[in-house]
Amino acid sequence: MSASTGPSRPDPPERGATSGSPESDPLRGSPEAGQGNGPAPSGEPLLSVRGLKVHFPVRRGVLLQRVAGHVRAVDGVDLDVARGMTYGLVGESGCGKSTLGKAVLRLVEPTAGTVLFNGADLGGQSPERMRRLRRHMQMVFQDPLASLDPRQSVESVLTEPLRAHGFTGDRSRRVRELLDLVGLPSGAAGRYPHEFSGGQRQRIGIARAIALNPELIIADEPVSALDVSIQAQIVNLLEDLQEQLGLTYVVVAHDLAVVRHVSDVIGVMYLGALVEEAPSDALYAQPLHPYTIALMSAIPIPDPEVEERRRRILLVGDLPSPVDVPPGCRFHTRCPFRRPTRCADEVPALRETRPGRKVACHWAEEIAAGAVRAAAGAHDPAATEVGTPSS
Amino acid sequence: MSLAQVETVAPEEAGGSLGRDAWRRLRRNPVAIAGAVLVVLFVAAALLAPWLAPYPPDKPVGQVTPTSIPGPSAEHWFGLDDLGRDEFTRVLWGARWSLVIGVVSLLLGMAGGLLLGLLAGAFGGWVDGVVMRLVDMMLSVPGLLFAIGVAAMLGSGLDAVMIAIAVVNMPVFARLLRGQMLAQRRSDYVLAATAVGVRRRRIVLGHILPNSLTPVIVQGTLTLATAIVDAAGLAFLGLSSNDPSIPEWGRMLADTQRYLSSAPLLAVFPGLAIIVAALGFTLLGESLREALDPKYRR
Repeated sequence: MSASTGPSRPDPPERGATSGSPESDPLRGSPEAGQGNGPAPSGEPLLSVRGLKVHFPVRRGVLLQRVAGHVRAVDGVDLDVARGMTYGLVGESGCGKSTLGKAVLRLVEPTAGTVLFNGADLGGQSPERMRRLRRHMQMVFQDPLASLDPRQSVESVLTEPLRAHGFTGDRSRRVRELLDLVGLPSGAAGRYPHEFSGGQRQRIGIARAIALNPELIIADEPVSALDVSIQAQIVNLLEDLQEQLGLTYVVVAHDLAVVRHVSDVIGVMYLGALVEEAPSDALYAQPLHPYTIALMSAIPIPDPEVEERRRRILLVGDLPSPVDVPPGCRFHTRCPFRRPTRCADEVPALRETRPGRKVACHWAEEIAAGAVRAAAGAHDPAATEVGTPSS
Repeated sequence: MSLAQVETVAPEEAGGSLGRDAWRRLRRNPVAIAGAVLVVLFVAAALLAPWLAPYPPDKPVGQVTPTSIPGPSAEHWFGLDDLGRDEFTRVLWGARWSLVIGVVSLLLGMAGGLLLGLLAGAFGGWVDGVVMRLVDMMLSVPGLLFAIGVAAMLGSGLDAVMIAIAVVNMPVFARLLRGQMLAQRRSDYVLAATAVGVRRRRIVLGHILPNSLTPVIVQGTLTLATAIVDAAGLAFLGLSSNDPSIPEWGRMLADTQRYLSSAPLLAVFPGLAIIVAALGFTLLGESLREALDPKYRR
């Protein structure tokens, strides 16, 4: 998905003292002076996350509950998403990527850190201000059926955001417009979620997300609950909408193929932290972080001869508990490239090793140069496996 | 705009709205039919008692002595009671009282319980804590004992009985609704509604509450059965109205105790009536639960 300069940007979120005045038409606000037509090519990012943490307390005890620890779902993430771009967020399930997405919208309250949207700090906004701000950033959910109220008709689902933000125009026209945008017939308006197929339900969810003409859409595993044959349709729909409406996406996924297809920049998460961030093509051409290398090596290559020689790195053990994050490098307990020094006692910073590429590994350069090899039997017998996996 | 081909919009085979689907399953369930027949019998008797009953309920219509109480006959289907009144008439009229007491106490208890549950479920936090501890306290006392206590405190009378039964049922509904609402509150569609900017009050009243009510309807049907039994129990213990002319099933049971050896059928008929009414609502409630539970959906 290339960075499209959308035809006309909807108005940015109200900043500063514009609060209180209800927008006459929240859907077609005129672009602010100076904002001009479309985003500045390399201005400030639309979304900027700094040191974001989401910790959930773990309580123990029956009568007197005490906090026995924290699930560090998101543990200090920095990322920037430029306008019109698609930022892909990948990682194993349980690595905190969905929580990160929800924390950006403050659907989950962050423990620490800041989220700047269009330069405005979302932290410390009153619930009412936050409610208004959210119309510029929407969410597409993983399970389309669960994300729709079973008692609500499609029409009601789509007019609800309009009513909530005081849209005074012709609502039923807007509903037909939205249905058309997501490729559903206008007759769908009177139907209920359970009458649709999975792909159609996700289209309804997407229609709801774009109803308010948002700038940013966070798609939380938008296709993982769908049949493979339907996935491509939804991915294409998201891309078409990005082009037409000039949307910026954060796509959360565990499917590397989906993310590769849609993303401009990919962030790889492990145990609540980013371990690598790179432009999509560069990341797939040469992953730098051991975790990314292991993930990539698990993708089958559609060429029997290359596949035959594919060297597959199997990670040992399970994902450590996010309550008990390993000290030092959080990946060192499973890392096939682990070195005796630094890995276990020094937290690697996410640093820029080459232009545009960030890696959180002490040995990234050495690994890239081939100076450090994946340990075959160096620390764990099953750490690596050379051969031909049959699957 | 070129989109990949759209899957056709067609209702799934399971089809129909949730309600229609449940209705179909309910109709196919013989237990539901049996329950419905009993409930209809009971409600018809209650509503039509003045027209169906062959005799007045509060006046002697035959000669009785403590040693000879006539049993069932062609004129008096269920025989006469100890004061010479027609037993069949009194059982019919008793349905009327049972229905009134059951429905009123159910509605009162449901209203109170739902209000408490709504408070706890919507606000959470310390409101939830206070309400739920109160509910725990009420539930820790055995139901009938609690009802006896409340009824005795309020003095005897039908009002006292209804309020007592309502109070006993309140915590059940409060806990049920609160649990349902908590479960719904975490659901994705609530998150989605928050994301598109729906206000909190509308989310609670427009989304969470309607989606939490199904089990309440089921519980309401089942509670009607226990309310009828509890009302009879309180009346049996003499905690109902003092007016002997009111034919109340529990009271009829109590009044015939002395004649249990000479006229045992006098206890059988009101007892059967109580069983029929309670069984009807229980069967109907259980099959409603099955019909509405998504786990039983095919």
